[in-house]
Amino acid sequence: MPALTLYDKIWSDHVVKPYSDGAALLYIDRHLVQEVSSPQAFAGLDARGVKTRRPEAHLAVADHAVPTKDRDRPLPDSLAARQVRRLVENARDHAIAYIPMRDARHGIVHVIGPELGFTLPGATIVCGDSHTCTHGAFGALAFGIGSSECECVLATQTLKQRKQKRMRVLLEGQPAAGVGVKDMILALIARIGVSGGVGYAIEYAGGAIANLSMEARMTLCNMSIEAGSRVGLVAPDETTFAWLAGRPMAPAGADWEAAMAYWKTLPTDPDAVFDREVSLNVGALAPRVTWGTTPEDNLPIDGVVPDPDREPDPDRRARMQRSLRYMGLKPGARLNEVPIDRVFIGSCTNGRLEDLRQAAAILVGRRVAPNVAAIVVPGSATVRLQAEAEGLDRVFRAAGFEWRDSGCSMCVAMNDDRLQSGERCASTSNRNFEGRQGPNGRTHLMSPAMAAAAAISGKLADVRALESRRSMA
Amino acid sequence: MTPFTRVVSVAAPLPETDIDTDIIFPARFLLLLDRRGLGAHLFHERRRDGVGARFVLDRPPFDRAQILVAGRNFGCGSSREHAVWALADFGVRVVVAPSFGEIFYANCFRNGVLPVRLEAAPHGRIMTAAETGAPIEIDLGSQTVRLPDGEDIPFEIEPGRRRDLMLGRDEIDAILADDIGDIRDYESRRRATRAWLDPRLK
Repeated sequence: MPALTLYDKIWSDHVVKPYSDGAALLYIDRHLVQEVSSPQAFAGLDARGVKTRRPEAHLAVADHAVPTKDRDRPLPDSLAARQVRRLVENARDHAIAYIPMRDARHGIVHVIGPELGFTLPGATIVCGDSHTCTHGAFGALAFGIGSSECECVLATQTLKQRKQKRMRVLLEGQPAAGVGVKDMILALIARIGVSGGVGYAIEYAGGAIANLSMEARMTLCNMSIEAGSRVGLVAPDETTFAWLAGRPMAPAGADWEAAMAYWKTLPTDPDAVFDREVSLNVGALAPRVTWGTTPEDNLPIDGVVPDPDREPDPDRRARMQRSLRYMGLKPGARLNEVPIDRVFIGSCTNGRLEDLRQAAAILVGRRVAPNVAAIVVPGSATVRLQAEAEGLDRVFRAAGFEWRDSGCSMCVAMNDDRLQSGERCASTSNRNFEGRQGPNGRTHLMSPAMAAAAAISGKLADVRALESRRSMA
Repeated sequence: MTPFTRVVSVAAPLPETDIDTDIIFPARFLLLLDRRGLGAHLFHERRRDGVGARFVLDRPPFDRAQILVAGRNFGCGSSREHAVWALADFGVRVVVAPSFGEIFYANCFRNGVLPVRLEAAPHGRIMTAAETGAPIEIDLGSQTVRLPDGEDIPFEIEPGRRRDLMLGRDEIDAILADDIGDIRDYESRRRATRAWLDPRLK
C-alpha cells in the first residue's frame, strides 16, 4: 500500500468514477445552502425540470443578507427580504431542511454546520461560499463552489473535480501570550502569499496543532482560501471526537463506534509525501495586523507601513502603492499609531465562543475609546446564547460594544452593517479587500483580542501591552 | 451554452495583480436573484470612482473588448459566480492572466468564458499588445493567442474542459445522461459500508 495523505484518503473514498481526462466524479455528502449563491442554482434546476436528488444531504440557512438587529421586525431591505423569501420557497419546494432566522440554531453556515454535527470527519462538504474550507478543521474535504456547481450537487449529488496537489504546513512551537491562531494564519499568508496555495490542498500539522481547540482549527482552515487554497485540513483526533460527540446530527450509538473506527484511519500515513512543505515557528510570532488590501499585506503590530519604493517586484510595488492610497497610509507610519473608527468582532473566521471569550477578557473593566463604534456579531444563535450564559454580553455592553444577532454582517457588508466611505475598521473577519466592508471602507484584519485592544485604544494597538498593564494593576 | 471556438477582439489591459471578485462584482449587488443583466455592476467601484483616467472598460475601443488581460491571481477571494456572469454579460469571453483564483477559474468554464493561463513573459507580450488597442485572436482549437504582429503564443488547457467549451456542453446534462447509474451504485455501496454518513436533521 502506498503511503497516503488525509486528503488522498477522503478523495479516493468519494470517487464515483474517474474520467479519461484526469478528472473524477466526486460524491458530495453534505451541501450547505445559503441565500446568495443558491437562487440561480434552484432556478437552473427548475428550468431543467430536475428535482433535488437527495434532499436530506442539504441544509439551508440565510446568513449573508440578514440584519443583525431588530429581527422581530420585517427585513428593512426589500431586496434582502426577497432573497431570504426565495430561499425559504426553494427549500420548501425541494424538501430541504431550512433553519429560520429566529431559530435557536440559526447562524453562519460555517458556524452551524459544525455545531449541528452536519460537519463530520471524512465527509465531502460543499457550499456556494469560499470559506467552506472552514470545515476542513474536522478532517472533512470541504471546499467552496460557484452557483452552477451548487446546481450540479442538487441535481446529481456529485461534482466533476480535479485532484489538487498536496501541501503540508507544519506549525511548530508554542505561541507567546497575546498571540493566537489568527496571527499564525496571517503569518503563513504573509509568507506564501495570497496565491501561494493555488492548486494545493493544505494540511495543517505539527506540534502546535495538537494544542489547538476546534474553534482555533476552524479559524486556521477558514483562511486557507486567503492563501489561494480551496481546501485546508486538520487530521481528526481526540479533540475532534470530543467536540463532535452528542451533536444533534452526529452519529450515535453503534453508528458512532463505526464512524470512530473509520475516522481513526484518516490521518496522513507517516511516509506520505507532499508536493510542498512549509514550516512556521509559531513561538516566534507577534500579534499581527494587515496594512493593505490583501490578506498577505500583514505585519507584526510593532512594525511600520512598508515602503513600496523598496519593493523590487514592479507588479507588487504597483499594488502596494494602490493599497496605501486606498488605505490612506504613508510608508514608515507606525502601525500601532493608526487611529480607527469602527471595530467588528464576528464572522465565520472569528465569531465563535472562544473568540468572544478572548475579546471579552481584554475588555473586562475597560471602555471603548470615544472615537470608536464597536459591534459584536456572534457567529450563531448558539454562540450568542452560550456567551450570554457566561455573561460575556454584559462585558461587551459595559465596555460600549453593541451586542447583535448572528450573521455574516460586516464581513461581507450585504446588510446594514457596513463602513461609511473613508472609515477605518479593526476587524476579526477574513478579507481586507477594497470595498469589502462597504465602498471605500478601510479594513485591518486581526485577532479578536487585538480587535478588543484596538477598540479600547482608539487605534491599532498591541494587546500584549494592555495585558501587562492589567497584570501590574 | 454557446460553443467557444475563436474570438477576435481588442483586448482590455488591466495590469493589476490580485483583482478579487469583490472588485469585479461588489457584494451589495449580490442581492440580485438572476444570472442575467449583471454587466451593469461589473467593476462597479472602479467605473464610478470619478477621479483620474476613466476605467479601461469605459474607454473606447476597450468598451467593446471581448478579451480582458489582467495581472496574476485574477478572481481570487469570494466564490461568487456573479463575477463571471457580470464579465460574460458585459461581453468578455476570454480572460488572460498568469494565474487565477481557483473557484473563479472553475466558474468560467460553466459560463462559456475561457480563462487563459500564461507564464509571465508571454503574458507580458500580450499585455503590451493589448495596450495598442489592436485586435488579438484567441483560438481554442489550436490553443493559441495570435498577436497583431503575427506571433502565435500557445497555451495549455485541460483537455476535458477544452472539449466541453468547444461543444458548449453542459456538465449537469452530461452527468445526468451518462453517470446516474454509477452514482446509484456508489450510493448503495456506501449505504452498506458507511451508513453513519447519511445525514439526519432531528
